[in-house]
Amino acid sequence: MLELKNISKTFFPGTVNEKLALNNLNLTLNDGDFVTVIGGNGAGKSTMLNVIAGVFAPDEGSIVIDGHDVTHMPEHKRASFLGRVFQDPMKGTAAGMWLEENLALAYRRGKRRTLRWAITKAERQKYRDMLKQLDLGLDTRLTTRVGLLSGGQRQAVTLLMATMNSPKLLLLDEHTAALDPKTAEKVLALTDKFVSEEKLTTLMITHNMNDAITHGNRLIMMNAGQIIFDVSGEEKKNLTVEMLLEQFSKASGTQFASDRALLN
Amino acid sequence: MNFFNALPGAVAQGIIWGIMAIGVYITYKILDIADLTVDGSICTGACVCTMLVINGVNVWLAMLAAMIVGMLTGLVTGLFHTALGIPPILSGILTQLILWSVNLKIMGKANQGLSARTYNVVITQLDKLASILILLGIMLVLVALLYWFFGTELGCSLRATGNNLDMCRAQGINTNINKILGLVISNGIVALSGALLCQYQGFSDINMGRGAIVIGLAAVIIGEALFGKIAGNFALKLMSVVGGGIIYYIVYQTVIWMGLDTDLLKMLSAIVVAIFLAVPYWKGKYFSKPVKKGGHANA
Repeated sequence: MLELKNISKTFFPGTVNEKLALNNLNLTLNDGDFVTVIGGNGAGKSTMLNVIAGVFAPDEGSIVIDGHDVTHMPEHKRASFLGRVFQDPMKGTAAGMWLEENLALAYRRGKRRTLRWAITKAERQKYRDMLKQLDLGLDTRLTTRVGLLSGGQRQAVTLLMATMNSPKLLLLDEHTAALDPKTAEKVLALTDKFVSEEKLTTLMITHNMNDAITHGNRLIMMNAGQIIFDVSGEEKKNLTVEMLLEQFSKASGTQFASDRALLN
Repeated sequence: MNFFNALPGAVAQGIIWGIMAIGVYITYKILDIADLTVDGSICTGACVCTMLVINGVNVWLAMLAAMIVGMLTGLVTGLFHTALGIPPILSGILTQLILWSVNLKIMGKANQGLSARTYNVVITQLDKLASILILLGIMLVLVALLYWFFGTELGCSLRATGNNLDMCRAQGINTNINKILGLVISNGIVALSGALLCQYQGFSDINMGRGAIVIGLAAVIIGEALFGKIAGNFALKLMSVVGGGIIYYIVYQTVIWMGLDTDLLKMLSAIVVAIFLAVPYWKGKYFSKPVKKGGHANA
């Protein structure tokens, strides 16, 4: 479903701030893989997701999604293959527009936007049913401005928007990091539900090692722009946080440098 | 001059500038771009309309042509911004400067008369009441068209572009094309108002667009302040902008009638706009809690 071949990316080349974010990275995702991604600050997790999404181009290497080479495809065209949820709950929705308008915008992802009316009556019913699944009482608030919703509600809506037309690949960039623990749990539960219902191939970055272990069928650990640990199936199920930390120092030769990850 | 005699004139001018302010509303409020092209494109609309009518073209066709040329000026600004990566404000200033020369070339000199006694125009200050009716009709058609457009899939994606660029790209919206489209529509409307203004006042002048952006912003701000509470619907919002333009010109006439030095009017307009623009900033700074935004830099 996704193939990253020899991806390298350097930020600020030729300056004192030069930073090798991705170093000859290779990754292949199979159809239906739900992969959690962990790693310290600056390991290249978000850079990898942004390169896949087309926010910026890699310096070297190629990206293939569902058989299409998208390496040079602009971000908005690539979006037809992707569903994305950002870390910042404000980023995924248009605050000044109605809930139903946001959903309608997402519903037309990958389609031509024409001069037909933006929302049809039939759609509205569908949106109501979808919002019911979130169980946040949003199904009666189709004409509420999204800016009036809470961060957790907005993130749940973004998740719904990202998954509603079965993307080839779902990219979740620490999408629960900005939420309180209870809301984060709820959004994660919804993530599991949507991913398993639609059998979505998913990449989920998280700083929470427990979440990384309990969700998905495969776990990768990144350090210095490379994947240093890749585990799936039974072996992944039996992982513990201690084993991950040990694995990290063994593979990278340093201590895991993220307080956030350890405190969770 | 009697104040009440001056009132119809103020209303007619207010509607013309209100139509112009609808164009400003599209860039400033919907696209979140302060587009300074308008100072040039309003004059371009007037020049094109005037020269075509003088040369015997039907006035409605001349207005249509003015609109199309105005759209092209928006296209130029849009390309400066998206294709050349120039910040939007600077892009507008560059186009405005280009248009100064273009407008002089269109007219052949710095001003050009378009007397209603000689030429067949549809609105004129010689018949203010009829002009007001025609202007209201044009405004209603325009508002209806925009209401429809911004309710379509494309129009909706344009509104989203002004709201959240990250979200738009993630949802497959070409934000650059949408910005250009917004600038094209906006400047088409601004040029139309220029075409109406030259007919109304009976001439085009190279300086007629100077400070137009400030008048447009003033109309938007006044409209929002006075009618914001009752204008929930998009069509009503656009009409409240025109209402803002009318009130701007009534106040303008009033202060002239009261004997204010007209040399000071532009300065006063700018100060009033500055104060109104500052209000939401001050409110945010001193009367609300700070909101932390999640940083993507620390991932």
